[in-house]
Amino acid sequence: MEYLIGIQGQDFVLVAADNVAASSIIQMKHDYDKMFKLSEKILLLCVGEAGDTLYKMRNGYELSPSAAANFTRKNLADYLRSRTPYHVNLLLAGYDDTDGPGLFYMDYLASLAKTPFAAHGYGAFLTLSILDRYYRPDLTRDEAVDLLKKCVEELNRRFILNLPSFSVRLIDKDGVHDLEKISVGNK
Amino acid sequence: MALEEICNFVKTPSEFPSLSLEGTASSLYLTDYTFQLTNNSLLNFEIPNSALLFSENHPSSVSRPFLLTHGTTTLGFIFQGGVIAAADTRASAGGLVACPSSHKVIPIHSHLVVTSSGSSADCTLWKRILYREMRLYELRNKRRLSIRGSAKLLAFMLHPFKGTDVCVALTLCGWDRADDDREYREQPHDSSSFLACGHSSSATASDTTIRCSASPNCGPKLIFVCSDGTRLQNNVISVGSGSPYAYGILDDGLSWNLSNKEAFSLARQAVFRATHRDAYSGNNVDLFHITAEGWKQRERENLREEYYRDMERKAKEVEERKKETLLKTAT
Repeated sequence: MEYLIGIQGQDFVLVAADNVAASSIIQMKHDYDKMFKLSEKILLLCVGEAGDTLYKMRNGYELSPSAAANFTRKNLADYLRSRTPYHVNLLLAGYDDTDGPGLFYMDYLASLAKTPFAAHGYGAFLTLSILDRYYRPDLTRDEAVDLLKKCVEELNRRFILNLPSFSVRLIDKDGVHDLEKISVGNK
Repeated sequence: MALEEICNFVKTPSEFPSLSLEGTASSLYLTDYTFQLTNNSLLNFEIPNSALLFSENHPSSVSRPFLLTHGTTTLGFIFQGGVIAAADTRASAGGLVACPSSHKVIPIHSHLVVTSSGSSADCTLWKRILYREMRLYELRNKRRLSIRGSAKLLAFMLHPFKGTDVCVALTLCGWDRADDDREYREQPHDSSSFLACGHSSSATASDTTIRCSASPNCGPKLIFVCSDGTRLQNNVISVGSGSPYAYGILDDGLSWNLSNKEAFSLARQAVFRATHRDAYSGNNVDLFHITAEGWKQRERENLREEYYRDMERKAKEVEERKKETLLKTAT
């Protein structure tokens, strides 16, 4: 029901998540931020029963995005077989000074994949084909935001749930930047 | 399903004990349909108490040798040049590709094409039942049933099976003509004319934009009928496991004023993208174009080629962008 999306460009990663915190059928919050800053240049987006598990992952020293992703995946895998598995779907986006931008897709079964673009949630079914069609590895920042807006438009048109607004953030060599929220009113 | 069968039908359901659906279909032969045509063309006909018959013949649970799934991508949309109906050609049974070249889009008559999704066997059967009923109607009433009428007829026929395992999701894509009466009497009455296709392309380019203005009932139509009772008329319909992916492309590129070429290309793109992401859709794409003159089928295209063409196109775009930036920095 919740939606996450990430698009990697040549020297940046653009991520967006919806702002709804739901409890069964009620929207409890309309401005819930699902992105967690793991470090200066790494963002973790998660949906599911994230709860308090994320706080364990903040170790205080600089991790590269790839290392952080693998560490998180290991954590998920360990807990998967325990009596208290996490049920979270994650996108980890980051910028490494040596490797450049990276987007990692992880799901509750502890699978990990580094992909140029990814989406989580039911909304992913509707928007993956749009991403397939228009994605190019050399997207500029503006083009990536336009592609993101296209996806949000499609969700508003075909998705049965109302996702009124999305937080958007961009990560590049200068760190994490907040971009303007995308909401149904303004395009 | 020939006319003869109807005249001297004596088949007993016990001939096919395991195929309960066959038994039920046979029971449909037994009753007499009475069509009551009012001014609004309301169709009332008696459905036999087949629900009762069905439960008597049918063991409580039939075990199947494999899992039935509804993997497919079909779509249809209306634009200025008529109706486009497209579908992939993969028939899957669980994880197996049972048939890589099935026909999911089948013409019913010269101006109606049906795309199917759901269980292949059920869809084939129900398409034939629909064909038979429409032909009977035409013979009895000397005029062809409208698309909306056929959708209603199909929905009525499917209703007794609601709640059972029948899984049929058909999209009727067609063109209603205002002058069906006159045309029918003028043409020779044989089965070939009923199914006469608009293949003979003596139509010039201008003909495709003819739209009958006589009444709101004529013109292009797109109606979705499902075995759970849904009946929806719309300008864009996509059905199947690949439909969310197809909607993404269709919603983005669709407009009324597309040229024929653009519409074909959009339909192909949508099916291609859906087959790329959905495991249960794939292989080829079938495209039908329905206009006032009838339906025309485009050649079946293998989507594997399309994938490589798409990769090439993207690589070219990246190349061109690089060149542009180089030129800009140079000057």
